[in-house]
Amino acid sequence: MYAFEIERPSTIADAVNALKGEDAQALGGGQTLIPTLKQRLAAPSVLVSLTGIGEMQGVCQADDGAVCIGGATTHATVAKEAAAHYPALADLASHIGDPAVRNRGTIGGSLANNDPAACYPAAALGSGATIITNNRQIAADDYFEGMFSTALDEGEVITEVRFPVPQTANYQKFLQPASRFALVGVFVAQYADGVRVAVTGASEEGVFRWSEAEAALSANFSASALDGLSLPADGMIGDLHGSPSYRAHLVKVMTGRAVAACQG
Amino acid sequence: MTGISMVVNGRAVSGDVEGRTLLSSFLRDDLRLTGTHVGCDTSQCGACVVHVNGKAVKACTMFAVEADGAEVATIEGEANADGSLSVIQQAFQDHHGLQCGFCTPGMVMSAAALLKDNPKPTETEVRDYLEGNICRCTGYHNIVKAIMAASGQDVSAIAAE
Ligand SMILES: Cc1cc2nc3c(=O)[nH]c(=O)nc-3n(C[C@H](O)[C@H](O)[C@H](O)COP(=O)(O)OP(=O)(O)OC[C@H]3O[C@@H](n4cnc5c(N)ncnc54)[C@H](O)[C@@H]3O)c2cc1C
Ligand code: FES
Ligand code: FES
Repeated sequence: MYAFEIERPSTIADAVNALKGEDAQALGGGQTLIPTLKQRLAAPSVLVSLTGIGEMQGVCQADDGAVCIGGATTHATVAKEAAAHYPALADLASHIGDPAVRNRGTIGGSLANNDPAACYPAAALGSGATIITNNRQIAADDYFEGMFSTALDEGEVITEVRFPVPQTANYQKFLQPASRFALVGVFVAQYADGVRVAVTGASEEGVFRWSEAEAALSANFSASALDGLSLPADGMIGDLHGSPSYRAHLVKVMTGRAVAACQG
Repeated sequence: MTGISMVVNGRAVSGDVEGRTLLSSFLRDDLRLTGTHVGCDTSQCGACVVHVNGKAVKACTMFAVEADGAEVATIEGEANADGSLSVIQQAFQDHHGLQCGFCTPGMVMSAAALLKDNPKPTETEVRDYLEGNICRCTGYHNIVKAIMAASGQDVSAIAAE
């Protein structure tokens, strides 16, 4: 690692200020950033740690029923504290990486990083969540801009994420056992006004909504509604773990399993 | 350099570290607590698992500065006050839960974190919890068996494969 200083502010305002410095970068749980720094793929001069900011911690429920999660809340805390409000989201958090990763990694860090195989992007897009930053609110549909790319500006901090709670939802993760990320993951959520299906791990463009499946499932919420559908292999990720057509096929299988689990 | 202080295995310690100093380096190089092993240094293997404020974390994937003011527990603090092995350590010995021993500090610290939250885990829960702890020697069966035994459960039915 190249040398840098670490600052540990205790308020969002102080963190935003510290991030105005040249080559300053936010540090969440470090579960992605520290390995990146070790490979010398990033060279910040200052890391601004967000984990000591009380107002960015914890899970609560808004008046409209939405679940609000502080941007620096760990996966382990979401797994525990969101379970009563939004079980599918808590379940997703409880299967990220391994226990030690879940005790440090944060929802803000995961969404800011937007790894094409990460789990939270599927939950955020599949729930039509709102990403709240220090200066605006971004709808999930406008937030994800392709692999490792988001609508966040330089120095912008995710302070909170708000999830409208669906009638029923389920996340199916086909584990890539070496990385512990998703080889393919599908988040299905049924709301009063329709079904949302968000897919991670599959596309070169990162997380995406499978609109044909959404239409079919909104008309008939059962796994058999997917029967006639298929996803083109074009633009799917191909690597030593799976070809593009394998991934395209897996998306449909996992979507079916998620729907079946919702009804289970 | 930043001055930090923390409580490690019940003892107050302090030191001066760079921003980039990992908790694993602070423990091993500054405090000479070399029981915390660094197997991969890429957040994959879990040999470096310690507890920070009671939670299992990978010491190679946390900066020492972030543990300023924290309570840290490492494998060196696992044994009983009289020097005898803890229940978990003794179970690893009794059930052959280690061969080369490289992964063992992380395995024991993960097991301790699991049993604190879930004193009577099922075999599946033990295996799930060890997701991030890699052992290249044992094939895991005896580690799982040792942890089940340490939780006071009957392990005679678990095959030693
Ligand atoms: C072994 C292993 C297995 C894993 N398995 C999975 C998995 O199965 N599924 C999964 O989804 N993830 C997985 N991860 C990734 C993990 O979830 C990370 O915690 C997460 O991607 C990054 O979160 P972090 O808080 O650690 O962020 P950091 O690593 O600290 O930061 C990541 C990036 O986000 C920025 N950032 C951090 N917080 C904020 C914020 N609040 N606002 C704006 N920018 C911010 C940082 O500047 C940096 O660019 C795994 C990681 C490891 C090491
Ligand atoms: S040395 Fe920390 S996870 Fe391998
Ligand atoms: S005993 Fe050798 S790596 Fe586990």
